[in-house]
Amino acid sequence: MKIGIVVFPGSNCDKDVHHVLRNVLHADADFVWHKRDNLQGYDAIVLPGGFAYGDRLRAGVIAAFSPVMKEVKRLAKEGKPILGVCNGFQILVESGLLPGALMKNNSLKFVCKWTKITVESNRTPFTHTLEPKQQIRIPVANQEGRYYADPKTIETLENNNHVVFKYHEDDPNGSVNGIAGISNEQGNVVGMMPHPERASESILSPVGSNDAVLIFESLLDYLDEQR
Amino acid sequence: MSLTQEELVYLKNELKRQPNEVELNIVEAEWSEHCSYKSSKPLLKLLPTEGKRVLLGPGYDAGVLDIGNGYVITVHIESHNHPSAVEPYGGAATGVGGVIRDILSMGTRPIAVLDSLRFGNIEKEGNARWLFKHVVRGIADYGNCLGIPTVGGEVEFDSSFENYCLVDVASVGIGKKEDIITTVADNDDYVVLAGGSTGRDGIHGASFASKALEEENRSAVQIPDPFLEKLLIEATMDAVNAKCVKAVKDLGGGGLSCCLSETADKIGKGIEVDISKVHVREHGMTPAELMISESQERMLYVVDEAHLEQLFSILNKYEISHSVIGKVSDHGDLVVRYDSNLIARMPARLIANAPLANRMTKKPRYIDELASAKKPSLPGDLGEILLKMLSNPTIASKRWVYQQYDHEVGVRTVVKPGYADASVLRLDNGKFLAVKLDGNSKHCYLDPYNGAIGCFAEACRNVIAVGAEPIGMVDHLQFGSPEDPEIFWTFNEALKGISDYSKTLNIPCVGGKVSFYNEGSKGKIKPSPVIGVLGLIDNVSWIKTSAIKEGDTLIIIGITKDEMGGSEYYEYVHGIVGGNVPKVDLANDGTVMQTMMNMIRNGFVNSVHDCSKGGLAVALTEMCILGGVGATIDISKIPSECSRIDDLLFSESHSRFIVSVENDKLDKVTDMLESSNVTYGVMGKAQGNSIILSKNGSVVDISVDKAENAWVSAIEGLVEHG
Repeated sequence: MKIGIVVFPGSNCDKDVHHVLRNVLHADADFVWHKRDNLQGYDAIVLPGGFAYGDRLRAGVIAAFSPVMKEVKRLAKEGKPILGVCNGFQILVESGLLPGALMKNNSLKFVCKWTKITVESNRTPFTHTLEPKQQIRIPVANQEGRYYADPKTIETLENNNHVVFKYHEDDPNGSVNGIAGISNEQGNVVGMMPHPERASESILSPVGSNDAVLIFESLLDYLDEQR
Repeated sequence: MSLTQEELVYLKNELKRQPNEVELNIVEAEWSEHCSYKSSKPLLKLLPTEGKRVLLGPGYDAGVLDIGNGYVITVHIESHNHPSAVEPYGGAATGVGGVIRDILSMGTRPIAVLDSLRFGNIEKEGNARWLFKHVVRGIADYGNCLGIPTVGGEVEFDSSFENYCLVDVASVGIGKKEDIITTVADNDDYVVLAGGSTGRDGIHGASFASKALEEENRSAVQIPDPFLEKLLIEATMDAVNAKCVKAVKDLGGGGLSCCLSETADKIGKGIEVDISKVHVREHGMTPAELMISESQERMLYVVDEAHLEQLFSILNKYEISHSVIGKVSDHGDLVVRYDSNLIARMPARLIANAPLANRMTKKPRYIDELASAKKPSLPGDLGEILLKMLSNPTIASKRWVYQQYDHEVGVRTVVKPGYADASVLRLDNGKFLAVKLDGNSKHCYLDPYNGAIGCFAEACRNVIAVGAEPIGMVDHLQFGSPEDPEIFWTFNEALKGISDYSKTLNIPCVGGKVSFYNEGSKGKIKPSPVIGVLGLIDNVSWIKTSAIKEGDTLIIIGITKDEMGGSEYYEYVHGIVGGNVPKVDLANDGTVMQTMMNMIRNGFVNSVHDCSKGGLAVALTEMCILGGVGATIDISKIPSECSRIDDLLFSESHSRFIVSVENDKLDKVTDMLESSNVTYGVMGKAQGNSIILSKNGSVVDISVDKAENAWVSAIEGLVEHG
C-alpha cells in the first residue's frame, strides 16, 4: 500500500505529514508534485497544509486547478481515502470534492494554538477505529479556518454523519456548529482544519499527548483491511 | 550623495581617476554604514569568534556551528528598523525574508525564526500600537506562508522608541556539514540571478537605513512576496542537495552592488556582468537603479558550465524567473556592462571594504547624573503593585503575538512559546536546540557596559533553564548616530561588556549586525543591544519548562541585591529613570549556570525559571500561572542584600533562578548547591490557589486566577480594544 502526499508550490506541511507516516508509523509514503497527471498505484492521498500559491486570489482556489487534482478526483470517485489538512481542506472545498467554504476566522487573525476536537463520525477511513465523541488534543494554525455552508447543506451534513470532527468547547475559528472537519457523502474524502501531523508524537504536545496519531493509524488499518 | 569628502578622495586615489555616476551609486550603497560596518568594524574585532563548535563565524551570511553527527546549525540576525517605522507591515515582512535568505546562502534549510521587537509606550501612543500590530502581522504573514515556525523572541516597550521601532529577526538553519556552501568559484563560472524581478522598490534602502529617519521615504521600503521566497527556499535546497551550485548569495541591502562586490571579494576573483540581462518588472530603469534596487526575494548563484542546465531545470520546476547575468573572471574587478557599453569597473576589494570611519567617544553626562536615584516611598499594597507589574506590557504574556505566528510547522517545536524561558527545537541528529533573544534598553541606557552583559547573561540563563548548554551567540547592536561621540561611547561600552562576558564564559560570537542612526521623535533611542544565544541539549530528559507542580518545594538560587536602576518596577510603577543597574559577577555567574546545568542533567529539578524583568515576584507568579497552582513563600528565606521589601520582590539582579523540586530530591539539590558554593534559599512550596508572600504576616496575597488575568489580558486589551 502506498500513500501519496501532494506537494503544491507553497505547500509547507508536506514534510511533516511524510515524517509521521514514514518515521512514526513506518508506512510507505512519498511526495507527489502537483504537475503529475497520473496517480496510479496510490491507495490513499493526503493534501497537506501550507499556502499553495501563496493563498493568492483565495486560499486553495488556484491549486484546485493543478493537473494532479484531476487524478485526485478520479481516486475520490473510486472510493480511495483522501485527506485534506488545513490548506488541503481548503483545496478540497475549492475543487468541489467537499461542500461549503472556509472563511476568515472570527478574530480576523491567524491563530496557532492547541485545542480539542471530538470525533463526530467514525464512518470514514480516518476515524473508523475511533469512538464517537472521542476527544483528540490537536493544534490549529490558520487564518481562513471558519467552516461555513448554507443551512440546508449543514443540515445534510449533520443528518448524514458527514460532520467528522467538531471543536470541543474552544473553537478558534468560529465555524458553523463548531465544525472542524467534514467528509463527502461516501465518507472517503475528509477535510479538517486542525493538524493531526503536529499532534501524533507526545514530545510535540504541551501535555504529552499523541491522540491524533489515531487518525493516521485508522487510515493504515483501513488500507490493510482493503487488501 | 552620502559619501563623505574623505571617502570621495580615497575612492579617487584608489581608482586613479574620477568615478562615474553609476560607480558612485555602487560605492555609496556598499560604503553605507548599513553594509560596510565602517564605524563598528575595528571594535567588533574585540569579540571572540572561535570555539570548538564554530566552523564559520562573523563575515559570512550566517554563523555555522557543528552540532555533531555530521550536522551543523546556522544562525543569523538582522534588523529592519527604518523600513518598519515607515511601513510596519512590509518592513517587518521583508526583514524576515532577508535573514532567511542569509541562512539559505550557507546551503542550510531555515527551521526557525525569532523576533525581538521594541516600540514606544503602547498604553499612551496610538502610533506605537499601530506599529506593534502591523509589525507582528507582517512577520506572521511572511513566516507563516514560508512554513518556517516563529518560535520565540521578546518585546519591550519604552518611550524612547516613540514614533519608531526596532524590528530584529533571527533565523536558525540546519544542514549537513558536507553541504555547507563555502563560496569558491573558478574563471568562467556563470553568475545567475534568480527570483523576483528587479524594480524600483527599495532604491537607496541601505543609505536610507544609514541616516536618521527624517522623512518617510516609502520608496526605500521593499515589497514582500513570501510565496516567491518559499519557492526560492525549495529551489535552493534542491540545488544544494544536487551539489550543483558553488556559491549562493542573497540580495539584500545595496542590491546587486553589494551582492556582486561581496561575492567577488569573497571568492577572490572578478565578476563581469551585463545588467541588460536582469529580468525587470518595469521598463526604463537606469543602470544605477538596476545596481542598487533592493527588490526582494532574489538570490545569486554561481554555477559551473557542467551544472548550469541542472540549475535551470530546478528553477524551472518552481517557475522561478532567472537570468544569466555574467561570469566569474580572473581579474579582481567588478565589471558592469549594459549591453556592450561599459558602465562601471572597479576592484571588488575596493568596493567591498570601505575605508573605516574614525569615531570619537565621549561619556555622556547623564550616565553619572542618573547613577543614583532617590528611592520611591514604599507602596502600601504590594499585591496591587504585583498585579500592575504583571499587566505592564513589557512583562505581560505575549500570547497575542505568538498565537499569530505558526510556531509549530516543521514538527520540531518541542517547547513552544509561552511555556518556558526559551523555545526548544528537535534536531535531525537526535539532539535539541534551545534558542532565545534578549535585550534590555532600560538597563543599557543607564549603564551600557553592565546592561549589555546583563542581556547576554539573561539569554544564557534562558537557554540553560530549558536544559541546554550555551554554544554560541549572535548580537545585534542598535544605537543612534555613531557620529555623536556620546552615542559612540555607549556603543563602545556595550561591545566591551559583550566581549568580556563572551571571553569569560567561553561562548563565541558567530555572527551579528550593527544598526546605527536609530532615532525616534524623541531623538536618539536608548542603546539596544539584542543578544541571541543558542544552546544544545543532548538528552530529551533534560528539557524543562517553568510550570510548577502542586507539592513541589521552591528554591531561589542566587542573591537578590539592591539593584533597582532601569528596573521595570522603577520605570513602570514609579516613573523613575535612574539608579544602579544590576551587575553580573562574571565568575559567580559561570558557577551558578554550571551548577544549574548539573542539577538539570542529574534530574534533580522539575521546573526552572530565571529571574529577570520584574524580578523574583514576577518570575514566581509566572511559574504559578503556568502550573495552575499557588505558592506560599517565606520571604525571610530569600538570600538578599536589600533593606526594603519592594526592592527584594522586584529587583532584577542577575544570576538567579527559581527551581521547583520534589521532596525526595531536596537533599540532593541543597548538597549540590552547597558543594558548588552557590547561595540559595528554600523559600516555600507550590500549593493552594493563591500566591502568598509573607514576612511577619502576609505582604502579598493574590489568587492565581487574578494574576493570570492581569498577565494574559493586558496586551490583548490594549491592542484589540485600546
